[in-house]
Amino acid sequence: MHKSLIKAEFQVQRDDYKCIRCRVCERQCSFEVHSYDADADRMFEDEMKCVGCQRCVEYCPTRALTIQPHPSTIRPHGNWPYRAVKDICKQAETGGMLLSSTGDELGHRIYWDHLVLNASQVTNPSIDPLREPMELRTFIGRKPDQVDVRLVNGKPVLKTELPPQLTLETPMMFGAMSYGAISYNVCQSLARAATASGTMYNTGEGGLHRDFYQYGPNTIVQCASGRFGVHREYLNAGAAVEIKVGQGAKPGIGGHVPGEKVDKEISITRMIPVGTDALSPAPHHDIYSIEDLRQLIYALKEAVEYKKPVGVKIAAVHNAAAIASGIVRAGADFVTLDGLRGGTGAAPTRTRDSVGMPIELALAAVDQRLREEGIRNNASLIVAGGFRNSTDVVKAIALGADAVYIGTAALISLGCTVCQKCYTGKCPWGITTQDPYLTKRVNPEIGTQRLTNLLRAWSLEIKEILGGMGINAIESLRGNRLHLRAIGLNERELDVLGVMHAGE
Amino acid sequence: MDYVIIGNSAAGIGAVEGIRQVDQTGSIAIISDEPHHTYSRPLISYYLGGKVEQHNMYFRPKTFYRDYDVEPMLGNPVTVIDAAGHTVTVAGKKIKYGKLLVATGGSPFVPPIENLAGSDVFTFTKWDDAKALAKAAEKAERAVVIGGGLIGLKATEGLLNLGLNVTVVELADRVLSTILDEKASQIFGTHLKSLGVTLITGDTAAAVNRDGEGSVTGVTLKGGNTVEADVVVVAIGVVPNTVLADTAKVKKERGIIVDEHLMTSAKDIYAAGDCVETFDILRHIRRPQPIWPNAYEQGRTAGINMAGQPLAYKGSFGMNSIEVKGLPTITVGMYDAVGPEYEILAKSDAESLTYKKVIIHNDRLVGAVFVNDIDRAGIMTGLIKDQVNVKAFKHDLISDNFGYAVFPEALRKERLSS
Amino acid sequence: MATKAKTTKKRRRVQADEKVCIGCKLCEVACIVAHSKSKNIIRAFNEETPRALSRVLVEESKPLTFALQCRHCDDPPCAVACMTGALRKDPETGAVLHDREKCVGCWMCVMVCPYGGIQRDMREGKAASKCDLCLELDEPACVAACPNAALFVVEDED
Repeated sequence: MHKSLIKAEFQVQRDDYKCIRCRVCERQCSFEVHSYDADADRMFEDEMKCVGCQRCVEYCPTRALTIQPHPSTIRPHGNWPYRAVKDICKQAETGGMLLSSTGDELGHRIYWDHLVLNASQVTNPSIDPLREPMELRTFIGRKPDQVDVRLVNGKPVLKTELPPQLTLETPMMFGAMSYGAISYNVCQSLARAATASGTMYNTGEGGLHRDFYQYGPNTIVQCASGRFGVHREYLNAGAAVEIKVGQGAKPGIGGHVPGEKVDKEISITRMIPVGTDALSPAPHHDIYSIEDLRQLIYALKEAVEYKKPVGVKIAAVHNAAAIASGIVRAGADFVTLDGLRGGTGAAPTRTRDSVGMPIELALAAVDQRLREEGIRNNASLIVAGGFRNSTDVVKAIALGADAVYIGTAALISLGCTVCQKCYTGKCPWGITTQDPYLTKRVNPEIGTQRLTNLLRAWSLEIKEILGGMGINAIESLRGNRLHLRAIGLNERELDVLGVMHAGE
Repeated sequence: MDYVIIGNSAAGIGAVEGIRQVDQTGSIAIISDEPHHTYSRPLISYYLGGKVEQHNMYFRPKTFYRDYDVEPMLGNPVTVIDAAGHTVTVAGKKIKYGKLLVATGGSPFVPPIENLAGSDVFTFTKWDDAKALAKAAEKAERAVVIGGGLIGLKATEGLLNLGLNVTVVELADRVLSTILDEKASQIFGTHLKSLGVTLITGDTAAAVNRDGEGSVTGVTLKGGNTVEADVVVVAIGVVPNTVLADTAKVKKERGIIVDEHLMTSAKDIYAAGDCVETFDILRHIRRPQPIWPNAYEQGRTAGINMAGQPLAYKGSFGMNSIEVKGLPTITVGMYDAVGPEYEILAKSDAESLTYKKVIIHNDRLVGAVFVNDIDRAGIMTGLIKDQVNVKAFKHDLISDNFGYAVFPEALRKERLSS
Repeated sequence: MATKAKTTKKRRRVQADEKVCIGCKLCEVACIVAHSKSKNIIRAFNEETPRALSRVLVEESKPLTFALQCRHCDDPPCAVACMTGALRKDPETGAVLHDREKCVGCWMCVMVCPYGGIQRDMREGKAASKCDLCLELDEPACVAACPNAALFVVEDED
């Protein structure tokens, strides 16, 4: 054993005047930073263990605690920031890959922040959404090339039989997070909030706990490379099926839920023995071509008797546009694109931060390609990957998305402070853990309320923005890039995004 | 009078409150030979030691009789009950009753001791006893307490608080032998000695020694030793006071016999409290169970029955809480059961004088002893009372963090949901 | 004649939901503050001696945790057992109240409370200590302090 060269990332400051030795911090910290010495009647802290989650800060009844990035620093260097040095030290000590959670933390360009929206002035007057109806309803599924209508008693009636559609009351859904990656209570909160909000949540690849079948009409069930918990009832329990090929946080990489997290309930749900690692292979072992994918799509459509949309999710990678085209041609009813900033419970840090691309670019490219090929109406386009607020959503829809998945934002609404320690299984906020002492920290009643509030608040904002544009239905914004202008982007970027620069 | 209650303590007051739950208008009289507003007898040792003042001796507020519309007739004993004529006689006056409650409590048992009669010798069950003893103690330095039971030791505590040197003489080989097991007795004995009490066991008083003026100088024990003292407290024990009940010729054994509605063998005459014997639901025998909660409960149940609402009294079991100068001790049920059919779990720590013991029979708790660490004893009492199967968590029963957290989930929810 | 007919069956108590009790013990902290002299958390803990006692106890057998305090029974065994009259069920509020002035610390209530909901207060003399439902506040301090809505007031009237 030699001395570790990794420095404390956070400094724990305790105001001794305010500290009442109630030990709430000690009980709340799942990383065992705080401890109490009864003889000295003092609290002590081990800063090396602190992950900066702020749980203790929030729960300290006297607000005696401050957790901040450790001020002690190495000499600043352009090529060698402390992050780079720390990673090297860590790997020198462990000899292993660096693991991490959530999405890219390097901060690759966030294009949303370089796009601005339009509004009506004088001509085409703006609309007050409090006074006039505003439509956010969104349908996910293949749309026919044309619709035939006949008149019955003078009223038009749809003659064309529509392919199966998901009806969303707002163009936002909760993204795929598996039971295993997140806790039972969080799954329940998502399911109930989706139901209350008239939208969908996504099971991820962990199967569907029997308690949640009741939320099926608001559930998208996933079928991933591990096929955990995939069976006929499962497929038919949801409102739609999503084949997961890739994930934005770790394109090209499979999943891994360590055996310690596979307790009885997860074992039943995933259909694997208690305590075994749940390994999702990097590829689907039965898919090596678009033709193979088509077989799986239709196998699933058979299983759900063509009554539910079946889609395919891929990570945003360089040739996403061509792949998406193939997916649509293979019969998918929707395509999900997950960008570089999309979250994960566990991913190799290097992959997380450097593989794939921001969702804005992929979305623009895919939408453009499908339009050019005349197949855009054959599938809906769902995008995911680090959506932070309602304007990100509005901009995505203007860029061509039908709907958006929000994952990390949903978890933040439940308390997540993006400490990026999901992979440890010790989430101090009780979200990405199966430890029964920690999972209680998310009260499903409160969780449901907070998630429902979040969707409601964003929906209100979207309506406000639409009204400002003089639009009374989100459908009118879809793919309408004229409502977007860019600020500070170069010509190549403008070209890929298909938007004009502000002022043009 | 619709209701006449003889006795102004726990059972009597319980009866008033029970009657008024059912009948808000019937006339009630409460009769006691003591002149005081209802007071708490167990408080007399605290009164003696100066820990409770006069105004806090009362068991119910001064407005109690008025609030409950009760006519108090205090200061004269009932001399005769005429069961056939439905009358009681107080100070020569006959009072007619509809229903009668006999709640005459217990009487101190005084064994034959030579020279007992005279000044400076006291029993210790009533407020006036405490007042007289307190007065005598003012000029006394040494006291001898005959009897190391509950009353004797509470008197001892009071006397210690007054600064007297106290000698306790107990016939049995240990103190509190009727409410503690041997181990707890031993701890208690150690504690008493540490307080400066001289403890003499296996002996009792044969004679009170007096000087020429009749003042007490000490006690001569059966064993021949002499203990010097200025005051003597006789606290051997209490027996059911059935003297008055005898005038109504109600059935009795050790105490008055009552049915499950607490009615005696005589129609319309009920009895409750320390003067009766009731069914011990753990030992499955009838016996006097002279403790405060039982007396109140019996009184209240009797009152409800007297007012015409049938309510069965299922019986009770013994339990005691005693603390003498900082050693809290609780025993519940068959604290002393021994035999192959009983499973006993116990642990003790000599240094901290803590001791915990539970007695299990057929997976049910039947008894428990707690010395010093008594904080959650009531949970155990509840398990004994309801005869809950404790098999699943019996080894947690004596753990330091015993509580509902160690219960199986279903049982915990059942017991905490009500 | 207010007390003559004591038939009120009103009952109020604080109930815990063990499924979402996170064992932080902020309820205990809040209880101590609510029963302190200053009502100021820092003074209550760091300056007031002796410190107020918590009347709510968080029981733990990890992962299980839950808060427990007086259930304010319909027919409270503690009030039956109380030899001083210090414990009584208040017909107005349904609360089982304790009069510290009258209490001598005989622990009969401790002996009979099936919830173990009565504590021994040894600070100045000895006396029992128990949940008073914070009747002077809008809601019990423990309920207000619970960060996860694991404590709530249950009220029923006969």
